[in-house]
Amino acid sequence: MSDMNQQMAARYKNNFLKEVEAQVEMGEWVKMCMQCGVCAGSCPTNFHPGWEHPPQEIFMMIRAGKREEVLTSPSMWMCTSCYNCYVRCPRKLPITHIMHGLAEYAYQLGVAPKFQPTQHLSKTFWDNCTKTGRVNEVKLTQTLYFRDGLMAGIKQGLAMKDVALGLVKAKRLNLMEALGFGHKCKDIKGIHAMLAKARELEAKRKGRQPA
Amino acid sequence: MTSVVATNQTILVVGGGIAGMTAALEAAETGKNVVLVEKNPYLGGRTAQLYRYFPKMCHPTCGLEINLRRLKANPRIQVYTLAEVTGIEGRKGDYTVNVRLTPRYVNDNCTACGECGKAVEAEVSDAFNYNLGKVKVAYLPHAMAYPQRYVLDPSIVGTPDAERAKAACKYGAVDLDQKEETVSLRAGAIVWATGWQPYDAEKITPYRYGEFPNVITNVEFERLADPHGPTGGKILRPSDGREAKNIAFIQCAGSRDENHLRHCSRFCCMGSLKQTHYVQEAYGDEGKSTIYYIDIRAIDRFEDFYAKVKANPNVSFVKSKVARISQDKDGNPVCWGVDTEGYKRYATTHDLVVLAVGMEPSVKGVDIPAEVMADSSGFIMADPQNAGIFGAGCATNALDVNRAVQSATAAALRAIQVVNKVARAEG
Repeated sequence: MSDMNQQMAARYKNNFLKEVEAQVEMGEWVKMCMQCGVCAGSCPTNFHPGWEHPPQEIFMMIRAGKREEVLTSPSMWMCTSCYNCYVRCPRKLPITHIMHGLAEYAYQLGVAPKFQPTQHLSKTFWDNCTKTGRVNEVKLTQTLYFRDGLMAGIKQGLAMKDVALGLVKAKRLNLMEALGFGHKCKDIKGIHAMLAKARELEAKRKGRQPA
Repeated sequence: MTSVVATNQTILVVGGGIAGMTAALEAAETGKNVVLVEKNPYLGGRTAQLYRYFPKMCHPTCGLEINLRRLKANPRIQVYTLAEVTGIEGRKGDYTVNVRLTPRYVNDNCTACGECGKAVEAEVSDAFNYNLGKVKVAYLPHAMAYPQRYVLDPSIVGTPDAERAKAACKYGAVDLDQKEETVSLRAGAIVWATGWQPYDAEKITPYRYGEFPNVITNVEFERLADPHGPTGGKILRPSDGREAKNIAFIQCAGSRDENHLRHCSRFCCMGSLKQTHYVQEAYGDEGKSTIYYIDIRAIDRFEDFYAKVKANPNVSFVKSKVARISQDKDGNPVCWGVDTEGYKRYATTHDLVVLAVGMEPSVKGVDIPAEVMADSSGFIMADPQNAGIFGAGCATNALDVNRAVQSATAAALRAIQVVNKVARAEG
């Protein structure tokens, strides 16, 4: 168990709902679920094996105090952010955001499933775009394509070649980004300061150790 | 011109459904003068459109008949049908009300012999049967309609059908010269009993009502089961007229939903439980009902009714709100969702889907020409500011018939108190 995980488990004792309400973005909505099942039934990942627990079940598990099962579940990482559940929920729960909030919290605690593709994409994207304030498309696609080895990366790159050329022609992709050139934010220091401040505020609000 | 005899000691009742009739009768039977105005050409409202009542499974026509007999016997009630309130002025104990009267084109001479209906050719949608069928342009709204007089649809005026109806009438009852008029009357207190309307199911887009013919509403299902309905009481699918033996009932269709009606409509659970009896009655063991629900709200004494339906092996319960409906190549509706008991996905095919749509107050979004407080769902609230205007029945809350009658009696008592005060002040 990571330090933060132990700390949080100890702070909220066996009240996982309370923990979610205080620590997870939009977590305070979980108690509003009336278990109607519209979210689960509206999910476009219909019958996808990755959805071990549909949102409705996740909410019930939170209330039942199944801390480990929820936080280590791959389910919330499967959310495609289509917002179908969000708009149809009769109680107006921001389900998509709660799913993201849970995934992010599990990641912070270091208990999220390892080698989960969505997590890998999120982490890569975040690191990439917060570095200069703009996404470096070439590096982002490189990181993702070559994740499963050199051959897989080349194969994937060739498959997407036409799309890439189209983007270059339309001036939406600058190949020089591979060498560190390309678009950047004007005030990179300002962006970093802003993110540091946001982290500080979040830590204060959620009673966590500043990172 | 129509003249209405009314003073500031008269009680005006707006709406002639079960609540309005009750309020009018209760007040009149204590000796008060009552004017009852009803928008439709007949009294009884939505109650008259039901096949049976829960929990006793008796026929609403029975209770309606008793009330109509009380009404006919009471000279203190003046009834105006095809009448709508358009303006209210004044204050508690002294209101002046404008009422618009729409022509029926049939006068008091009518004996409901039906000759005009046989003579005319054109047809219009049958509003009494929720537009599931057609009626002739000269029609009796339903078998027990009060007043027991035919109505000519306004579209008939100036057509050859108008002359045919007139020529067919042996009693000189067809009067094509009737004009819309507005009458003004006085009242000391007003009971607002304009009832409810079924929630517009087309707004619940994943259920594809209006697009899939075999997805219907609970109020339409009442008409299908009624021997006086468009199918003569046979439960047939709208798409192909085949017998519907495997029927799904979807609860909370629009109710308990912040995107639609935020309140629980209260009657729909019992309504669907009741309707499983219709299926059982029509098809015996071949008739299967499935109720998709969030939770069954069969309160207090209705619990017994629920327990009995639950014991019926031909009725199954799925704890889940259906997420969406699709249609297979044979026109069968398929319900998709996840069962809350076990979180298993299902896609179940039925012959017919009945949406248990909720109650929308008829006053919602309607400009009541007076200061009246409404709650967040649009129902009229009890409020001292309402002074001499009192809500009754489903204009005040989602109620079943029984509770609507209680509410109407309470409203009548409040109205009586107001006119009594007026009477004392005037000596």
